[in-house]
Amino acid sequence: MKKASRIYLVLLFGFLYAPLLVMILISFNGGESTAHMTGFSLRWYREMFKDAATLQAFKNTLTLSISAASASTVLGTLAAVGIDRMKSARLRSIILSVTNIPMMNPDIVTGISLMLLFVFAASLIGYSTVLSFWTLLIAHITFCLPYVILSVLPKLRQMDRSLPEAAMDLGCTPMQSFFRIELPFIGPGILTGFIMAFTLSFDDFVISNFTSGAGFETLTIHIFAMIKKSVKPDIYALSTLIFAAVLLLLLLYNLLGGREEDMAL
Amino acid sequence: MKRGILQRAAAAPHVVWSALFIIAPLIFVLYYTFTGQDGSFSLDNITRLGKGNYLMIFVNSLCMALIATVICFVIAYPAAYIFSRMKKKSQKLCILLIMLPLWMNFLITTYSWMTILEDTGVINTLLGLVGLGPVHMINTPGAVITGMVFCFLPYMILPIYSVMAGIDPKLLEAAADLGCSPVQIFMKVVWPLSVGGVISGVTMVFVPSVSTFYISQKLGGGTFQLIGDTIESYFTGTAVNYHFGAALSLILMVLILISMAVMNRFGDDEQGGALI
Repeated sequence: MKKASRIYLVLLFGFLYAPLLVMILISFNGGESTAHMTGFSLRWYREMFKDAATLQAFKNTLTLSISAASASTVLGTLAAVGIDRMKSARLRSIILSVTNIPMMNPDIVTGISLMLLFVFAASLIGYSTVLSFWTLLIAHITFCLPYVILSVLPKLRQMDRSLPEAAMDLGCTPMQSFFRIELPFIGPGILTGFIMAFTLSFDDFVISNFTSGAGFETLTIHIFAMIKKSVKPDIYALSTLIFAAVLLLLLLYNLLGGREEDMAL
Repeated sequence: MKRGILQRAAAAPHVVWSALFIIAPLIFVLYYTFTGQDGSFSLDNITRLGKGNYLMIFVNSLCMALIATVICFVIAYPAAYIFSRMKKKSQKLCILLIMLPLWMNFLITTYSWMTILEDTGVINTLLGLVGLGPVHMINTPGAVITGMVFCFLPYMILPIYSVMAGIDPKLLEAAADLGCSPVQIFMKVVWPLSVGGVISGVTMVFVPSVSTFYISQKLGGGTFQLIGDTIESYFTGTAVNYHFGAALSLILMVLILISMAVMNRFGDDEQGGALI
């Protein structure tokens, strides 16, 4: 039984990591092909760092993801607090259902529905298009919001209501009690929300494909455009670097997270 | 109470945002569906759905997504069970390894699958070494389903794992003490308790599978069109028609809503049955 499950896991991880392995191997290819290895070289890494468009797209993606994650974290945390305090259960459930729509809807529908809104807005003010960094930012905040709210809301529910009350009895103003008692308590939820929002925004292709304009290219849009022309191993080099960065971050997060748990014990 | 009003008002920006960027865009989908190119009311977009091969495209997409979802479930369920019975530290590592591929861009990983499945690709080269093949795999429905399963498998494993990890081992021991066979333990304890995770997993795999548009283009080689491809072509392709594209999206949305309602009903029955 033990042996069977070990074989099963090897097959599973083999399946999940096969394309990543191919990607990493071919990023070191000496030749032009993405299908056959002809010698080992760092050529594609050099070419990638020389490619201004790729680097610009990477910077754009970081700008966008950080802005979208920050904005949706602030907006989402405020919303979670508001929803949690709402007296009418009916109103609360209506707001939550609407919030969940971008999570339930296929990305392609969210993307085209926002695109139609932006097309209409452009015709309203007489522009040929309004698609730009700002429309992309609006779209990203919109699909990140539910994830932030759903990470913060359970934390608020878990909190003992008497804590902020005690703080206020002891002379805190409501604002002070919020920043000193509630915010630290729901902190981990906010952080999870921020990280989720950042990841989703960084990795999004489908919604960006419909809401970005010609002037602002994110990494995924850039990769899509490159793939349409011809694929060279430089995209694999770029992805291998991203893979390494993600691996490092996850390990770091895990180590730090592990320490926090130890401290809690 | 100043505090109460202030804190309840905290949701106001979000409510305005939702109205502008969630509700309004959906109203535009409706508006475009029921108007023609000249802006006047028309049902042409809806009647056009009945013509041509759009029905086939919808049926194809639903079948492919269904097959991908079933395969994901069959792979994920035992995996989630194995993970949940591991030592805490190995569990954490395994879940990390399951999540890692999710962070990679699916455009790139799909392209890697092309390299693996091609007629002269990795698998056929390996088969050639042992004197087998070549097997034609790329540009077949199987290749597209492989791509879907790869992309969405973690979304099936993670929710099932999280409910499995929450099952108290004492329950299983109690069932065994009371004379249940392993099969009975599974049918009467493990399965009913994990059904919630299965339902969220199924939703999280089915919805993106049915609406995907890139995987089918690359691994299917354009030999067959799915609904996602069709919608995309009306918005960014050469034959742009927002009105008909909106009609297709509306139908896709309705189909998904129906599927989810059916799935939730199925889930309620399962849980209701388990209680009895």
